[in-house]
Amino acid sequence: MKTGALWIAFSTLVVREVRRFTRIWMQTLLPPAITIVLYFVIFGTLIGPRIGEMAGYPYIQFVVPGLIMMAVITNSYSNVVSSFYGNKFQGSIDELLVSPVPNYVILLGFVLGGVARGLAVGVIVTVLSLFFTRLQLENVWVTVAIVFLTAVLFSLAGLLNAIFAQSFDDISIIPTFVLTPLTYLGGVFYSVDMLPEFWQNVSLANPVLYMVNAFRYGFLGISDINIVWAFVMVLVFIVIAFTSALHLLARSERLRS
Amino acid sequence: MISALSILGLTKTYANGFRALAGIDLDVAEGDFFALLGPNGAGKSTTIGVICSLVRKTSGTVKVFGIDIDADFSRAKQYIGVVPQEFNFNQFEKVFDIVVTQAGYYGLPKKLACERTEKYLRQLGLWDKRDTRARMLSGGMKRRLMIARALVHEPKLLILDEPTAGVDIELRRSTWKFLQDINAAGTTIILTTHYLEEAESLCNKVAIIDRGVIVENTSIQHLLTKLDTEVFVFDTREELTAFPDISGYAGKLLNGYSFEVQVQKNQSLNVLFARFAEQDIHVTSMRNKSNRLEELFVSLVESGNSAEKPGVTS
Repeated sequence: MKTGALWIAFSTLVVREVRRFTRIWMQTLLPPAITIVLYFVIFGTLIGPRIGEMAGYPYIQFVVPGLIMMAVITNSYSNVVSSFYGNKFQGSIDELLVSPVPNYVILLGFVLGGVARGLAVGVIVTVLSLFFTRLQLENVWVTVAIVFLTAVLFSLAGLLNAIFAQSFDDISIIPTFVLTPLTYLGGVFYSVDMLPEFWQNVSLANPVLYMVNAFRYGFLGISDINIVWAFVMVLVFIVIAFTSALHLLARSERLRS
Repeated sequence: MISALSILGLTKTYANGFRALAGIDLDVAEGDFFALLGPNGAGKSTTIGVICSLVRKTSGTVKVFGIDIDADFSRAKQYIGVVPQEFNFNQFEKVFDIVVTQAGYYGLPKKLACERTEKYLRQLGLWDKRDTRARMLSGGMKRRLMIARALVHEPKLLILDEPTAGVDIELRRSTWKFLQDINAAGTTIILTTHYLEEAESLCNKVAIIDRGVIVENTSIQHLLTKLDTEVFVFDTREELTAFPDISGYAGKLLNGYSFEVQVQKNQSLNVLFARFAEQDIHVTSMRNKSNRLEELFVSLVESGNSAEKPGVTS
């Protein structure tokens, strides 16, 4: 396909993906907003004052960046996994597979759809957080870059899950048993400095820790880990996930027999 | 002249060891209306799957308008439109969106995509349903939606996998007419069907595939000349009490007003009618007992059943 045709195919796919999650906004945009507001109320307003300060900041201010990141992670992941698997389940993924659209365009289209939903939810949650606390922005570039890369990474992870999935159970197992524990133990609610040394070291194997801390650094200027190292880790994970997804789109028996 | 489709030595063995295609050679000329026939599990859908990239071949070459799919599948796909057997569109999307989105995947600019979508939805009687979600359509409308979607990029080769399965007679006839029109306009069509009347009415060439092997590949006309015996049913004005005395012709009385006669290739219907006249039998109508192609199909597949054929490999 020529460049112009490739661009049309790519934008068609992205528009379709964005139209999908905006059409069902009651399922895609509203629930995360409600969930995160409940977190703000419980952990910020009710329990937060009793916890006191964390890393030199009121607990609500400390926890807000982590909660925003959690919303971005879960929504970018679940958008791609449900959309791609839904296409597989209905057979409509064949529309793309029989067309001349290259695999990398298919991949980028679904990923950008996931990023769009992740960031849309991120913006909604950020705006809602302003009702509970005052947000400071220490470094806008770090904030924007890490939230974008995180959305890309978890969109890719959602795609990998969807390619392997053969039932609706398969697309709920990873979010429930892998993604949620990684997020909750990724420094969203606490500083890893509070953990014993052994568990601090174990936490370093959790990729979510790097993203949450880099994002918090963008807002508050504080982080449990080195920011450069955080970006390197995220980029490495993205390269691995992208390469794997591209390979699977071309070779997986789950798509082409 | 470049073939619309050229297949050479195509084999496919699935991961479970099932050999679906055991070396198929097939050539479809540009402009043909080609029928690919075979019993369930014969390899028709696997062949189509390989052509449109949903199934990975084990070996062999496939060329679409001279383009080897191994060399440039993306370009080859531009020439192909596929109407699959199963409904495979997003049931929650609107009819118009489904077709226009497919056009986008082929790189058609938005304006052209919308024009083409309107053109084909109108031709297929779906324009009034353009804002309807696909799941709300009837079965026949869903089939026509898949045809519109397959045509929106105006492929030179249209492949239809049982396009009229489960469709009522009126709709089937209108679909036939539509397909004949686009074939006359230059689109090469490959059709799989279980309705052999459909193949006989529409197609000029036919291949019969059985257990992964092409057992016949010729023109419909030539194939029908191979039919040794035809069975005709005659209806009479007066009631008969026994099968008429027409020596040399086998047959039987079906009921008081109709009987069937087997006519060999070397026998004449004129002689038969002369005998009827001698016996003062007034025939009011006659018809083939079953579709002629169907009789041939059954005989070819049955003869294949008695011979050793490839199947599951150990």
